[in-house]
Amino acid sequence: MAKKLHDTPNLDELEKGEWPSFVTGLKELAKEKDYVVDLLGQLETSYKNRKGYWKGGTVGVYGYGGGVIPRFTELKDEAGQPVFKDAAEFHTIRVMPPPGMHYDTAILRKFCDIWDQHGSGLIAFHGQSGDIMFQGATTENVQKAFDEINELGFDLGGAGPAVRTSMSCVGAARCEQSCYDEARAHRSVLNTFLDDIHRPSLPYKFKFKFSGCPNDCMDSVQRADMAVIGTWRDNIRTDEGLAKKWFAKHGMDELVNDVVARCPTKTFQVKEIGKIKAGEHISSVAVSDTHAVEINNQDCVRCMHCINVMTGALATGSDKGATVLIGGKSHLKIGGLMGTVVIPFIKLDTEENVEKLVDFAQRTIEFFAENALEHERTGEMIERIGLANFLDAMEIDVDPAMVSSPRMNPYVRTDGWDDEVAKINAKKQAA
Amino acid sequence: MNQAVTKPQMRKPKETGVPDNKQYLHPTLLKNYGDWRYHDRPRPGVLHHVANSGDEVWTVRAGTARQMDVYTIRLLCDIADNFAEGRVRFTIRSNIEFIVSDEAKVAPMIAELEKHGFPVGGTGNSITMIAHTQGWLHCDIPGTDASGVVKSLMDELIVEFKREEMPNRVHLSTSCCEINCGGQADIAIIVQHTKPPVINHELVANVCERPAVVARCPVAAIRPAMVNGKPSLEIDESKCMCCGACYPPCPPMQINDPEYSKLAIWVGGKNSNARGKPTFMKMVASGLPNNAPRWPEVAAAVKNILTVYKDDARPWERIADWIDRIGWPRFFEKTGLPFTKYLIDDWRGSRYNLNASTHIRF
Repeated sequence: MAKKLHDTPNLDELEKGEWPSFVTGLKELAKEKDYVVDLLGQLETSYKNRKGYWKGGTVGVYGYGGGVIPRFTELKDEAGQPVFKDAAEFHTIRVMPPPGMHYDTAILRKFCDIWDQHGSGLIAFHGQSGDIMFQGATTENVQKAFDEINELGFDLGGAGPAVRTSMSCVGAARCEQSCYDEARAHRSVLNTFLDDIHRPSLPYKFKFKFSGCPNDCMDSVQRADMAVIGTWRDNIRTDEGLAKKWFAKHGMDELVNDVVARCPTKTFQVKEIGKIKAGEHISSVAVSDTHAVEINNQDCVRCMHCINVMTGALATGSDKGATVLIGGKSHLKIGGLMGTVVIPFIKLDTEENVEKLVDFAQRTIEFFAENALEHERTGEMIERIGLANFLDAMEIDVDPAMVSSPRMNPYVRTDGWDDEVAKINAKKQAA
Repeated sequence: MNQAVTKPQMRKPKETGVPDNKQYLHPTLLKNYGDWRYHDRPRPGVLHHVANSGDEVWTVRAGTARQMDVYTIRLLCDIADNFAEGRVRFTIRSNIEFIVSDEAKVAPMIAELEKHGFPVGGTGNSITMIAHTQGWLHCDIPGTDASGVVKSLMDELIVEFKREEMPNRVHLSTSCCEINCGGQADIAIIVQHTKPPVINHELVANVCERPAVVARCPVAAIRPAMVNGKPSLEIDESKCMCCGACYPPCPPMQINDPEYSKLAIWVGGKNSNARGKPTFMKMVASGLPNNAPRWPEVAAAVKNILTVYKDDARPWERIADWIDRIGWPRFFEKTGLPFTKYLIDDWRGSRYNLNASTHIRF
């Protein structure tokens, strides 16, 4: 039995309503833990005063420089003593999840037992970077909890100016839209950078994310310094049985208004069967006895919309791989940036090909470490130096797939133009 | 030196990195890894995947509070063991998924989840769980709470979580400061400070690395200064746009204020490449009060936008697609939101956000 709960009239309001309540969960923990009784006390004070009361500090585990988020209370009485002394320290341990965030109940129960014993008993699945967040431990207990979690085969995530914890989608494990083995790429890349994850020494954070298709369920384009997004080069695959089944259920209005009209490049057409073209780049499939769908894949930008609507009837191609985009980040400091294409297509079907991605990631991080200013994200660095300089350093050939349009101003010195053309021609001839 | 000898032997970490997920996969997922054919959704909250081998799996998705106590997690494990097949996964939006190879298990599992208060849904064109951050519970710089805002909003939106009746999927996020950890979303709620930081000059010299703080400011409004004989920092308040970027590296520059830290609403963010390219969200409202514990003004504003969107958008239009069709003037007209001068972008690249054409819907 723990001590008596503090009055929490504000938090009590959050026990009302149908959605699962974290306050109810905290109160359950508070029945046994003075720690959580006082956590509720401090949180109630935040609700009352509309102010946060945690400050950072330095807490870690032996051998690592990061991965623990230290929190000490700033809510002190006149004598400088914590108002809620049992929750004066409330550190979070960030732990990297398996790709796709798959678990069995045995491992989840072990996490619970460890955190029940050494921590507050509060676990978040998952933080915004993908970490399992074991929330709330005293300085003394951080090491004990980590040692036991680590023995289960789990390792700390990133914090501070480090390579951060990564996420990948459910992917090949369950999704037909998966274009590469996300889990393999995720582990191959991240596990190359364990030193940069555990010992923060980069200019700023660096995030990798892995989405299996252009639906980008991991939101990688705007939140990863390096986004690896699955795609394909050949034709959309079709399945006549599923296409006819879809059409029988949805009809011509939906086919026209929801699919044809929403194709971003208007390459998706519905035609009478007799008018369907054949050709190397054409995908077509009958949806009824009279009508069929025709897609010229050379005009398709792999947006996924028609495949999302007509799942199974249409499917991603067979020559799969990924597009790599660099530089996504949120507002601070120069404004939100999307990642931009630096590798239009990379195969990831063999160990050797995945190794090429790892190599590119290594060279990118090396360049970032050498060239970014303090607290500058990759996207900001590229904005400062220009994409062409970054590509040059990475030894990547420029490609029109990297731009929305060519330059719109004349402010560039072009006296190297002929040399560049000669280089491009020489490469073409050599190929 | 003697002290080192008496120190306890510390355990060296095993730098194992990202664990292999194969050991945790449902056996049918493992068997059909990378070889799936299609999926459909038999009902809201349930996905049905068919492999090229003919194998099938059903996934039941349920909402959680994200921040869960061990009793709740053990309860979810009990449900997974007794009603499913012991394998679960979490989505990026903190929904839990139970995967089974036997369709007959789906209905009893849903009943058991609902009996314990876990809403089943969040699939397809529903409003799914809100991506959120830490807030007052754990963050060191929060302007508001996260879990509480999300709990309050999801209480209001739970009906749309449990059914698939929106034009397309709806992703929401909340963020407790302008760093926007919650990320881009169809609708995002983000703290928007309205007053420059209040500086405690007594502490700056001891706590802050002053050049780093000066460098952090997006508008170069911070400069070193001597105040009361102590090295400190001062702010050009005519330049300051109250973003709070200086507060994390320099806590004596307090940006959070119970009254002046407001909430803004942003719409039209989308990460998917489906139809149009990914989009950043745009600010459409600000000045909402940080009204703990249930933020009723925020909930009303978000519900208003969602109601108009649901009523007006065509199938498959995300909020960004819908606004692309109807245009911004109609968006503000239909939602009744005031279009103020603060919504005209003046940050770098802002000319691209102005209308350089006569394309106007009347």
